[in-house]
Amino acid sequence: MAAILVAEPQASGFSFENCRRNIFLEKQGFIAPTAYKTGTTIAGIIYKDGVILGADTRATEDTVVADKNCSKIHYIAGNIYCCGAGTAADTEMTTQMISSQIELHRLNTGRTPRVGTANRLLKQMLFRYQGYISAALVLGGVDITGPCLYSIHPHGSTDKLPYVTMGSGSLAAMAVFEDRWKPNMERDDAMLLVRDAIAAGIFNDLGSGSNVDLCIITKDKVDYLRPYDEANIKGQRQGKYRYKRGTTAVLKSEVKKLEYEVVSSTVVAEPMET
Amino acid sequence: MATMTSGFSSMYSSDFARPDWLTAEHETGTTICAIEFDGGVVIGADSRTTTGAYIANRVTDKLTKVTDYIYCCRSGSAADTQAIADIVNYHLNFYKMEHGEEPLVKMAGHVFKDMCYNYRDSLTAGILVAGWDKREGGQVYNIPLGGMITRSPFSIGGSGSTYLYGYVDSNYRPNMSKEECLKFIANAVSLAINRDGSSGGIVRLATITKDGVERFTLTGDQIPKFYEDS
Repeated sequence: MAAILVAEPQASGFSFENCRRNIFLEKQGFIAPTAYKTGTTIAGIIYKDGVILGADTRATEDTVVADKNCSKIHYIAGNIYCCGAGTAADTEMTTQMISSQIELHRLNTGRTPRVGTANRLLKQMLFRYQGYISAALVLGGVDITGPCLYSIHPHGSTDKLPYVTMGSGSLAAMAVFEDRWKPNMERDDAMLLVRDAIAAGIFNDLGSGSNVDLCIITKDKVDYLRPYDEANIKGQRQGKYRYKRGTTAVLKSEVKKLEYEVVSSTVVAEPMET
Repeated sequence: MATMTSGFSSMYSSDFARPDWLTAEHETGTTICAIEFDGGVVIGADSRTTTGAYIANRVTDKLTKVTDYIYCCRSGSAADTQAIADIVNYHLNFYKMEHGEEPLVKMAGHVFKDMCYNYRDSLTAGILVAGWDKREGGQVYNIPLGGMITRSPFSIGGSGSTYLYGYVDSNYRPNMSKEECLKFIANAVSLAINRDGSSGGIVRLATITKDGVERFTLTGDQIPKFYEDS
């Protein structure tokens, strides 16, 4: 038995002693806390002069809507933005970290950053964490090579495509794109297409809802429209649902005097006599 | 109301409104093949990337460039094979800068093999390395799951390849011309697309010779037709 005053050397490496305890507790019926996730619809397309990114604004915590108007289009650089789906904390932190690295890279090189650079940084980080960072991203922007759009999966695989969707509402949104996307679309048509794709997610996917956010990136301008559209505005109540005074007949009324005892009294300050 | 709730929970995993295929790893259930001919190689692949039952990308390019004269055909986990290809690309690019000459296909194959073998417990990657160099001409190397490496005059890989062994073994002839090889590969990929559920989309082909890479895509009615489609 070691003396209380002499510290034993700390064992090196990780300690996994709580893992067995946690497995035991879960077997006993303990429910471990779960992460905060966003059932989401995010999408992006390439059109004639640039890239349009879109997202819904619902954040959920299990079956509860945790935030009705959260922002899912994250800033990477002046010419690059990134939509995130998955665990809200993970998408927020990964985009912030890569945004920081891209800014340092811009300062070091003195050049406008490329979308391909951001894509490479994101995929290498996500691959390093072997899918444990649950961030599914849609990365878009305009650089020296023109408009670029990538989808990035949590395990670190990426696809470079002219139109992409992500999140639990991606099927609904992709159905809209597969039907109506064309090369070299005009700005207004492209914005409507992305709006409709996100709206399809909002209406048909349980995890998505509320408003549509858009981010239009062109060669020399970014339009961040938040909210761009409220997909389902609360209707105006048509009538008054309140009973008029006197609807219920008064049969009789009686006034009673209540007997009471004084249980408390107040002391009021008076001016001092001189 | 209770029945509705249970209906949804059976569709989704324990996580609300988050189907299993979203969190599942991205796999290229694939058909890839490569063949040597006198003066180069022909490689081919389908274009489907799946996540469970969802097609995440229907126009994937699984013929990935490693150097100007060496390509790899990727099958298995998309994340793993993309990461490996990027790293091998870095190594060979570095080699080219240091030595001022194109790396050999055999070297590329062995760099791929080293990655696949050393990390065999954490990778899901079946790769075909194909290319041309001035020492040995067109070469095809096959690196299956455990990180073995073999050279062969032709090779097939991915989930769709199981449907192809009969076709390739009966139709392969030594000393085929480039055009015959293109036909052979196009037919093989088309046949696998028809039978394998996790292969599909379009047929991507490429030839690599001393003059560099020439790429082809077959879409719609350009894809060879067989008994099934008539």
